[in-house]
Amino acid sequence: MDRLKNYSDFKALQDRLIADQAPNIPTIVISAGTCGQASGANELIRIAKRELLDNELSDRVRLRITGCHGFCEQEASVLVEPAGTFYPKVQQKDMPRVVCSVARGEVVEDLLYVDPASGRRLEKQSEIPFFKTQCRTILGRNEKVDPIRVFQYIENGGYASLGKVLERGDPQWVIEEIKASGLRGRGGAGFPTGLKWEYLARQQNGTWKYLICNADEGDPGAYMDRAVLEGNPHSVIEGMLIGAYATGAKEGVIYVRAEYPLAVKHCVIALRQARELGFLGENILGSRLSFNIRLVKGAGAFVCGEETALMRSCEGRVGEPRQRPPFPIERGIDGKPTAINNVETWANVPVILRQGARAFAKTGTEKSTGTKIFSLVGKVRNTGLVEVPMGMPIWEIVNTIGGGPIGKKKLKAVQTGGPSGGCIPARLFDLPIDYDSLADAGSIMGSGGMIVMDESTCMVDVARYFMNFLKDESCGKCFTCRKGTQRMFEILDDISKGLARMDHLDLLEELATTVRDTSMCGLGQTAPNPVLSTLKYFRDEYVKHIEDKKCPAGVCKSLITYSINDKCTGCNLCSKSCPVDAIAGDRKVRHVIEPGKCIKCGVCVTVCKLDAVEVR
Amino acid sequence: MVNLTINGLKVAVQDGSSILEAAKFLGFPIPTLCHNDGLHPYGACRLCVVEIGEGPRARMVSSCTHPVQEGMKVRTASSRVVKARKMVLELLLASCPQSKVIQDLASAHNIRQQRFKQEHEQCIMCGLCVRMCKEQMVAKAISFRGRGERRSIGTPFDAKSEVCRQCGGCIYVCPACQLRCTYSDPSKVICGGCANLTPPCVGKNESFDDMMCYMSPCVACEIKKD
Repeated sequence: MDRLKNYSDFKALQDRLIADQAPNIPTIVISAGTCGQASGANELIRIAKRELLDNELSDRVRLRITGCHGFCEQEASVLVEPAGTFYPKVQQKDMPRVVCSVARGEVVEDLLYVDPASGRRLEKQSEIPFFKTQCRTILGRNEKVDPIRVFQYIENGGYASLGKVLERGDPQWVIEEIKASGLRGRGGAGFPTGLKWEYLARQQNGTWKYLICNADEGDPGAYMDRAVLEGNPHSVIEGMLIGAYATGAKEGVIYVRAEYPLAVKHCVIALRQARELGFLGENILGSRLSFNIRLVKGAGAFVCGEETALMRSCEGRVGEPRQRPPFPIERGIDGKPTAINNVETWANVPVILRQGARAFAKTGTEKSTGTKIFSLVGKVRNTGLVEVPMGMPIWEIVNTIGGGPIGKKKLKAVQTGGPSGGCIPARLFDLPIDYDSLADAGSIMGSGGMIVMDESTCMVDVARYFMNFLKDESCGKCFTCRKGTQRMFEILDDISKGLARMDHLDLLEELATTVRDTSMCGLGQTAPNPVLSTLKYFRDEYVKHIEDKKCPAGVCKSLITYSINDKCTGCNLCSKSCPVDAIAGDRKVRHVIEPGKCIKCGVCVTVCKLDAVEVR
Repeated sequence: MVNLTINGLKVAVQDGSSILEAAKFLGFPIPTLCHNDGLHPYGACRLCVVEIGEGPRARMVSSCTHPVQEGMKVRTASSRVVKARKMVLELLLASCPQSKVIQDLASAHNIRQQRFKQEHEQCIMCGLCVRMCKEQMVAKAISFRGRGERRSIGTPFDAKSEVCRQCGGCIYVCPACQLRCTYSDPSKVICGGCANLTPPCVGKNESFDDMMCYMSPCVACEIKKD
């Protein structure tokens, strides 16, 4: 690859790549992010390659290996372009048929997605309810681009926004555009990005400035940043380059957690390609812009997602937060001014400059513009990554895109924002998803985790789970966060075991408020959110645990008993699968569970086909 | 100079000082456990929280680490602050009940109940010893290890440190230590454990630097004098 010396070089390359495009040649797109690979995408790729070679189809059918498309429930999925045919859960044995049908221009009917509502087979991806109402400006590009091929990115309009910015030559204009777009930080707090950049551009503290891409995504059940970084790393690099031009930063850092090996790999490759093509280094595309990006791998601490802890970690020290002010924008890495943005924020920047700020601001609500990626997980039919315009009501995401609850149980709540977020009850599902309305409801947008819970989820157990996570992940520097999370866990644990008194609830609330008020960093200040929000909306469940010593959802082991009712036909299924032989009874006779032996593992409930095992 | 309001009093203090320094200078008492004038502020104990800002934007910060800002409105003992401080002390007392310093503070703040389960921890992780060792003694022999509930203080891998001079500085500054707490003031001695501590100079052949010893006065010095 030759280094691009100036803007006309880049333009020539882009024109050549676009001219070489043959949009009518069918392309098999295999989604091979981490989720796809886990579901066997690598085998599908191998089979597809072999089929193409064996049948000499290489010039008639193309193959593209991309990052995650979002519909993780249906991995490993195959998409055929340009027709847009979508094959969910493709098995290895079916792959040759898919390849051959693509070559013949046909559709394999029996492999198509079946709409659970109507029972019809849907051919096109755009017809599937999961994709229909989404607005996939960021995620949609994952399908178009092979993350390790920079030319595919350029061919799809990549680095054109950077070119446009350099051509115009006015950093202030970029900042004004970002400000006009209303883009707010996608990491959770929702600080206006344009304003942050303006502060950084104005900093007089030395000449060296840093930009950071925060890819230390640690929330349980959230993986939006991973999908973007794995599927389209160049969009993040381009965003950072535009940011560097606007703010005058000289060095960038992508802080990615080491638990994302594929994201690390794709980032390393993308950075090397960008360097070889001259998008990184001195005098980028012949302009005055000089910028380098290095990759820092996190060492596995949740708290390093907090900006001051992240910066200490970048410096090679222990990841512990410090008091702000001074804010990172004044004193960041090595005391130099630093602006830190989330992966998704950076990926949004080229989009804004391509569409124009006004067009971008049209999506979403007045105060929260654009789209947001959520990872929809939990008790819904369609789990995966969904990208929706801000302001979409929760029920639409959960029921229309997510396909509603699995089974007959009713939905109870949605937990947003990871361990620092809160639970929003089903009666508030009309709430539009944006920064401010979520904060008003006692939760946060966070980085975009969305865990759906139904009636079989115990809210005390949820709060206990998150507190257990936080007491391990608190860095331990400030006393209230370290001891407060431990004590909150202790009380919640007592409640779930039926050992608590009613005054413990007041103590829990008082403690939670103190931890929120007095902790140093964002982790501690938001750590009580799971407790406070569940106490606010589901206090009756807490009371039932304490006064009646009952767990309504049947989750807290100390408070439930298993019994077998008269639906039992004596099939012996449960007694065979019981790990401790606690179920007695002859064949064709109603079985009985011995309470003394039962360890409440719940295997009998899962194996019983007649719903004969009751949990009380 | 920076102009600010502390508890309704308009004052001007030196630029760059912390809220804690300003309040102390003006005579507003703020309890702390992890602050020492000779060491960098750390903000670990959260006892020194004060309320800044007004209305819905009012928030609590640790006064030892927060610099004074122009036009700032500080309340060192609002009801919110006192409530939080009492909760912090209750937590401290429940975890580390043997410390005389914590007992006194709790008593001064009228803590008459303890609603948490009793623990008997030795350390409140205030980090004074770590900073003492690093900043004043320039030894860097001990540091924090682990995180969350597994956080502890010690030498790397718990091996005997080659850089430790056994100056006793860490014990001297420790607010939770029962060994050193009151020995210099015999009328307040609660356990006298420090009398049994081997002084660092004992058994050392090379001349021991008295100036670097924080055990003073100790048994060894008394013997030397004679």
